[in-house]
Amino acid sequence: MVTGKGGTGKTTVAAALALALAEEGKRTLLVEVEGRQGIAQLFETEALPYEERKIAVGPGGGEVYALAVDAEKALLDYLQMFYKLGGAGRALKRIGAIDFATTIAPGVRDVLLTGKVCEAARRRTRAGGFVYDAVVMDAPPTGRITRFLGVNDQVAGLARVGPIHNQAQAVMRVLKSSETAVHLVTLLEEMPVQETVDGVAELRATGLPVGCVFVNMTRPAVLDRTAVRAAEESRTEIAKALSRAGLGGARRGGRAEQLVDPLLRQAHEHAERLALEGELRSEIAGLELPAYELELLAEGADLPGVYLLAGELREQGVAR
Amino acid sequence: MTARAAEAGTAQAHGLGTFPVLDVDALVDDPGTRIVVCCGAGGVGKTTTAAALGVRAAERGRKVVVLTIDPARRLAQSMGLTELDNTPRRVKGVDGASGGELHAMMLDMKRTFDEIVEAHADPERARAILENPFYQSLSAGFAGTQEYMAMEKLGQLRADDEWDLIVVDTPPSRSALDFLDAPKRLGSFLDGRFIRLLTAPAKVGGRAGLKFVNLGVSGLSVFTGLLNKLLGTGLLRDMQTFVAAMDTMFGGFRTRADATYRLLQAPGTAFLVVAAPERDALREAAYFVERLAADRMPLAGLVLNRMHGSEAAHLSAERALAAAENLEEGDVVDQPTGKGGDGRSAPRSASGSGSGSDAHSGDGSGTDADSDELTEDSTASPTTAERLAAGMLRLHAERMHVLARERRTRDRFAALHPEVPVAEVAALPGDVHDLDGLRAIGGRLAEQPGVEPA
Repeated sequence: MVTGKGGTGKTTVAAALALALAEEGKRTLLVEVEGRQGIAQLFETEALPYEERKIAVGPGGGEVYALAVDAEKALLDYLQMFYKLGGAGRALKRIGAIDFATTIAPGVRDVLLTGKVCEAARRRTRAGGFVYDAVVMDAPPTGRITRFLGVNDQVAGLARVGPIHNQAQAVMRVLKSSETAVHLVTLLEEMPVQETVDGVAELRATGLPVGCVFVNMTRPAVLDRTAVRAAEESRTEIAKALSRAGLGGARRGGRAEQLVDPLLRQAHEHAERLALEGELRSEIAGLELPAYELELLAEGADLPGVYLLAGELREQGVAR
Repeated sequence: MTARAAEAGTAQAHGLGTFPVLDVDALVDDPGTRIVVCCGAGGVGKTTTAAALGVRAAERGRKVVVLTIDPARRLAQSMGLTELDNTPRRVKGVDGASGGELHAMMLDMKRTFDEIVEAHADPERARAILENPFYQSLSAGFAGTQEYMAMEKLGQLRADDEWDLIVVDTPPSRSALDFLDAPKRLGSFLDGRFIRLLTAPAKVGGRAGLKFVNLGVSGLSVFTGLLNKLLGTGLLRDMQTFVAAMDTMFGGFRTRADATYRLLQAPGTAFLVVAAPERDALREAAYFVERLAADRMPLAGLVLNRMHGSEAAHLSAERALAAAENLEEGDVVDQPTGKGGDGRSAPRSASGSGSGSDAHSGDGSGTDADSDELTEDSTASPTTAERLAAGMLRLHAERMHVLARERRTRDRFAALHPEVPVAEVAALPGDVHDLDGLRAIGGRLAEQPGVEPA
């Protein structure tokens, strides 16, 4: 399960993870549950139907499948599987029962979504092996993840007997087992880190297994506070250096001299950011979870970028 | 009309694109503007924008309430919100010289739901509903209720007529559609046939019962039997009790939902789509713009947060990089001592908070040690200044790349939606923690090229 605050690149990291885990001879499934078609956009394919289909080959040679879970279709599937409803399913839809179950009834939607993912994770081939070696879910954001994953407990409490109760309990067993890990994506910014810290505490309190932290979009450190301070104290030398590099005159009013202040201000902002990032890194370290750093993609999160990230994850040993 | 008022007179040329500029002051100053709805994807600074607009409008003389949903803790604290109590609280520290006031409230969904129940049902029935397990789960915030309650609360605040201006921060929806759709969906559901079936189990063969003939099953008992099997007996009973109570009590949820929806379409409402200059965020924003148009919701413009700029923009990334390489040539042996990890700088408190323009003067006690260090470095390696300059140039090149990418993204949006006025807000080095920060954001929001300062 890959979660994270909005805007942290959750979908990109989930996709990179699915690619990285697809070693030679293995098969992973990348699942999205929020109906945004983020996977299709990332992999530059047409909108994904409610059907598992191969979308990529990982850098290790394994296959990546993708699935966009649709709660309504999952419910109809489920009804068909257990009750052989046939056309009655459509009738239920017409009177609004399906809409009710998937959008309004407490938690049913989330039960269906998590249920479908657990089903895929536990599905076996005829030979007895797992169909998918790993299932990666682009899960709801950190603020909702505990409720989303914990919904089965709640529904099992509401529906005290019957198949929904049993299904909810079965799903919860999988989610709380060591086969599951909830990974959190964050940026080195205050709010995402705060949400990560809060999210980890919530997940732990609910007994959901926390995996690791992906620190996304990191940027290289160029000049720290000490360096910037040194630069601020040697403006003349800096101006001369800029001039030697061919950027104009170093005298007062010269083009190189006029660059010094703007460049120093940018360097100062950078150094302040580094200092803040240092504090945030130690906050993340305090969670005592494995952490992976992923560099900011210069061209934004496009398909080549996802492969780059998958490579970085493999180098950092995520597949092990 | 209101949305139009916020458009600055002349279209501005920015780089490749030409687009109208959003005049935020004109928008919040217009007494006709009664509701501003900030919407957009998660993580783009929506809540901050809503709060900053609130501060700005209040300090320009309006009586404002900001309705926010689940703000980050520190942002909530910046407005003095420490708890979810579902009532607007006066924000202290806002300049009231122009006669304005700022109030803020955090939406407590369950509390809002409970209040509706308490307001519309007699005490005994209210208690039955509040204790119903189905109700407790529904009101605690499953799909749709958060959006519905935000709209419900907005309707209440507007009906009170106590405020000149209501600024709404929309919930972080899983998709842009949710907060527009959820009220209708919940409303139509509660008015729908399915509810009729649940609430009328006795009317076998009646109007409700007839519907079951269409199901191809033999009657209501089969239907409820199936539901019982699916949901478990207790849940269905809880649901029936709940729905019956809600149904009689609300007497037409849809009416309310429709009223809220019409309120959003009314001329006094202005939508601001908030985005960051990133592909995904702007894609979501474009989607929102189209959706608002389809629903005939009045869009005032796009707020583009976290745009980067540079005071040395005339120096291109390419030239800066080439110059940096020049300076670094012959300097391959050791890294500058100040480079990389920030361990050494950690004990010192930072001198500046962002702009850096004052950092030169106020060094105080650290100066001596630093200059010693520098002298040492300088004697050991005469190119310290060159390496520092090279670092500064590399940072500048990086900044110019970011800037170019952001402008490309923005221009792409502007080309596809040339009618949407845009206000750009420069990136701040850190998060906003206090009113000063919000005031600064408000200032940046209002100061757009081509907009006359009022």
